[in-house]
Amino acid sequence: MNMELSRRGFLAGAGAGVAGTTLGAFGFGDVEAAHAASIRPFKLANTAEARNTCTYCSVACGIILYSKGDLKKGEKAEIIHIEGDADHPTNRGTLCPKGSALLDVVHSKTRTLYPQIRKAGSDKFERVSWEQALDRIARLMKDDRDRNLVLKNADGVTVNRWTTTGFLAASATTNETAWATYKVVRSTGMVVFDNQARV
Amino acid sequence: MTNSWTDIKNTDLVVVMGGNAAEAHPCGFKWVTEAKANRGAKLIVVDPRFTRTASVADVYAPIRQGTDIAFLLGVINHCMQTDKVQWDYVRAFTNAAYVVKEGFAYQDGLFTGYDESRRDYNRSTWDYEIGPDGYAVVDETLQNPRCVWNLLKQHVATYTPEMVERICGTPKDKFVQIARMIAECASPTRTMTSMYALGWTQHSKGSQNIRAMAMLQLILGNIGVRGGGMNALRGHSNIQGLTDIGLMSNLIPGYLTIPTEREPSFDAYMATRGFKPLRPGQMSYWQNYRKFFVSFQKAMWGEAATADNAFAYDWLPKLDVPAYDVLRAFELMHQGKMNGYFCQGFNPLLSFPNRKKITTALSKLKFLVVMDPLQTETARFWENHGANNDVSPAAIQTEVIELPTTCFAEDEGSLVNSGRWLQWHWAGGTPPGEAKHDTWIMAQIHLRLKELYRKEGGPVPEPIVNLDWRYKDPNEPSPEELAKELNGYTTADLTDPNDPTKVVIAKGKQVPGFAVLRDDGSTACGCWIYSGSFTEAGNQMARRDTTDPDETGAYSKWAWSWPANRRILYNRASADRSGKPWDPSRKLLEWDGTKWTGYDVPDIAPTAKPEEVGPFIMNPEGVSRLFTRGMMRDGPFPVHYEPFESPVVNVVAPKVRGNPVARVFRNDMEQFGDAKEFPYAATSYRLTEHFHFWTKHAHANAVLQPEFFVEISEQLAKEKGIKPGGTVRVWSKRGSVTAKAVVTKRIRPLVCDGKTVHIVGIPLHWGFTGAARKGFGPNSLTPFVGDANIETPEYKAFLVDIEPVAGPVA
Repeated sequence: MNMELSRRGFLAGAGAGVAGTTLGAFGFGDVEAAHAASIRPFKLANTAEARNTCTYCSVACGIILYSKGDLKKGEKAEIIHIEGDADHPTNRGTLCPKGSALLDVVHSKTRTLYPQIRKAGSDKFERVSWEQALDRIARLMKDDRDRNLVLKNADGVTVNRWTTTGFLAASATTNETAWATYKVVRSTGMVVFDNQARV
Repeated sequence: MTNSWTDIKNTDLVVVMGGNAAEAHPCGFKWVTEAKANRGAKLIVVDPRFTRTASVADVYAPIRQGTDIAFLLGVINHCMQTDKVQWDYVRAFTNAAYVVKEGFAYQDGLFTGYDESRRDYNRSTWDYEIGPDGYAVVDETLQNPRCVWNLLKQHVATYTPEMVERICGTPKDKFVQIARMIAECASPTRTMTSMYALGWTQHSKGSQNIRAMAMLQLILGNIGVRGGGMNALRGHSNIQGLTDIGLMSNLIPGYLTIPTEREPSFDAYMATRGFKPLRPGQMSYWQNYRKFFVSFQKAMWGEAATADNAFAYDWLPKLDVPAYDVLRAFELMHQGKMNGYFCQGFNPLLSFPNRKKITTALSKLKFLVVMDPLQTETARFWENHGANNDVSPAAIQTEVIELPTTCFAEDEGSLVNSGRWLQWHWAGGTPPGEAKHDTWIMAQIHLRLKELYRKEGGPVPEPIVNLDWRYKDPNEPSPEELAKELNGYTTADLTDPNDPTKVVIAKGKQVPGFAVLRDDGSTACGCWIYSGSFTEAGNQMARRDTTDPDETGAYSKWAWSWPANRRILYNRASADRSGKPWDPSRKLLEWDGTKWTGYDVPDIAPTAKPEEVGPFIMNPEGVSRLFTRGMMRDGPFPVHYEPFESPVVNVVAPKVRGNPVARVFRNDMEQFGDAKEFPYAATSYRLTEHFHFWTKHAHANAVLQPEFFVEISEQLAKEKGIKPGGTVRVWSKRGSVTAKAVVTKRIRPLVCDGKTVHIVGIPLHWGFTGAARKGFGPNSLTPFVGDANIETPEYKAFLVDIEPVAGPVA
């Protein structure tokens, strides 16, 4: 497995080796150094890379995320460039008009940033803390489940079925998110449960 | 997909119907280009619109939306009439020779057993005759008039080229040309692939659209071979994974099913899931159901699921209806029978049919929780946006909680592509603002609920408080921990069944695959078909080895595909009855006298003798089905049914409206329009610049396609006085939208049974949030009815009227 091998890192390393040997041998060392100093460094030279998959359709093109700051080192990372992964067998580096503009959806001005609550009858959202939002959700769920969980049907069969609260899952989340979601939702007895594949 | 994107390069003929890969899946479509350039493959496109896929086709034929079954049964009829059948494949690998019970019949669009009042069939006659030995009766000579082959022949005889033209509006000569090209693939050395997407699923008979093509592919011997298959292009990046993991009302991961209330005990549940072979010696792999189910229960409830409590069988809900799919959910909401709803990365206000009904339904909820990386319309359904969302906030009493989540670039884990490859990805950026991973949010909800039940008590707390949540950080299970659970692990030492002193796998190890799963509680496995994805050898989904011996397109060491890293499903069928490849140049597997060898993981027991064990191991027959017994609600063979809203009467079954067993809620029936009032046949679709309702939040895409439009033909524009670029109103029985008019040669009127049918094309990418201009989507217009088997809404065929109005759009 070579999952951690960085393609660009490999090329950069190989290139530097060649340049060092040949230019040094021809005696151009100083000129080269001065010339190199005058050129703006390639913008991706000092970025961290992460292999990812395009979020849109299920061709699942391989992409590379380039970030300032390295998440793996625990740093804050800002993605500054996204391109197709040339090593990916399906897309071989290509991206469509949607995939080419992935950076714009990552940095969209209309991303959600904070938990918000819109109260009954109100015409606006109000920012709340995560604690407030989650406590409120758990309260609403428990009250509804306690009141409406169907324990037995008319024939006395144990059914433990909750039909008054439902959950609509995504289809661009990971398998791991899906599994965590499945466990939590199913454990409550919820049956109004569906995902984007229906549509 | 039965095959994969990269396998398409192996084909001789690509048929794109019910999809538009060049625009909706551009980087996958390159494999069609590859096949054309390197193999001389041909491309056929059948679509109501002359799409960009059509623009590079060798043959394009127009078709009226919602008539694909008539077209496909027409092709099957052509193959049967002209003896273009891969006979050795059909005889050995399909149920063509199986004899159907006396009493089964078909007449005037209906099969035996129809009950109009229930809109359902009694399907008891839709089955094989069972012999005294307990096995299905077969007639290898195909002489019995009641064998599947002869019944099928009779069934498709109606669909002559003339009939296809009357129903579909496809010119007869085009149809015949295409039928002949397809029929050539009956040769064992010619292969056709079917590429389809929502153009086939979003119909009230979507499942049967796909079945019709699957039957054709079987008759041509194209299933299980390189360059063949049934290839669902699929939509979202993990639509396959979410389905595999069973995030649906009636599913358990790996296509197991939630019990119904007719199954009060685990024994009763298993009684209908025995899957006894229907022919001697067949694998009937679902006989292992119990192992997968018990392992799933162990993954859910760990040590609390024991043999003594029937592995916590009572903690699973029991269904009273087939499923609480989204249409039923919104119907219940509309009736005021639901209080709470969660939307995780999903925008139903724009995604579900009859938007007016959706708004009313959401307004009756007590609370709505939206988890999304983007500001969706659904989270703002109560906000007034003039004509684009004409509601009064004060009148809406729903409490709405919006939670910011991370997007793909900020999380780690696996996604399943159309070809069933599980590809692991890594995070590259820090989440913006206070956005959190969905796993953290779900954990927080669970931990809070558990705490409330511990503190306050309440009905049936057991499944919540006993949920197996032994993660290193219970506040946020890591993707690796969750992936390991999906793969499965041992909860006790596994001993050799023949020698109990011998430990085969020690306790606490990742299992190597589903073959070792057991039904005694000694293994836990979240999703049996993912077993093998994260073993003791590590995370197989993270593999990035591009090796591809002999360039078959398999890429077996790149990521991991379910099941068992198998790249082509049913691959045993790539070889003849004796185990020799049908086409030596496209060898996939071969029987070497003792075992199966080749380029792929065999889809059969590695030592199963070719003459004895059939290739369709999941079926109790061991063969594939041209006749599906009672497994589909609307018939063991497909029938042409018109959409519920159709511009014409059904020629083959004039008395039947729509699919006769599709579920229709009472109020929705009253909201179907007819051709007198709404004369034009509308359809919905995506554009290459946009992805659903997400890319309108991305600046570049919003610039590329900024504004809602509809497409009509030059002829219709002339008839209605609509100018190119002018503003039009389009309305159905359920709603009205305004849009720019694109007048195009890409859509042309069709003539169906002597009547001119105009088509109105309605793309779906606009709403009232994001960077693009405010607009509408087709769901303001579409009918609230789904496919008879799986309830996918009928978005692709409905009726509208259109008129020019004064612009600009409000």
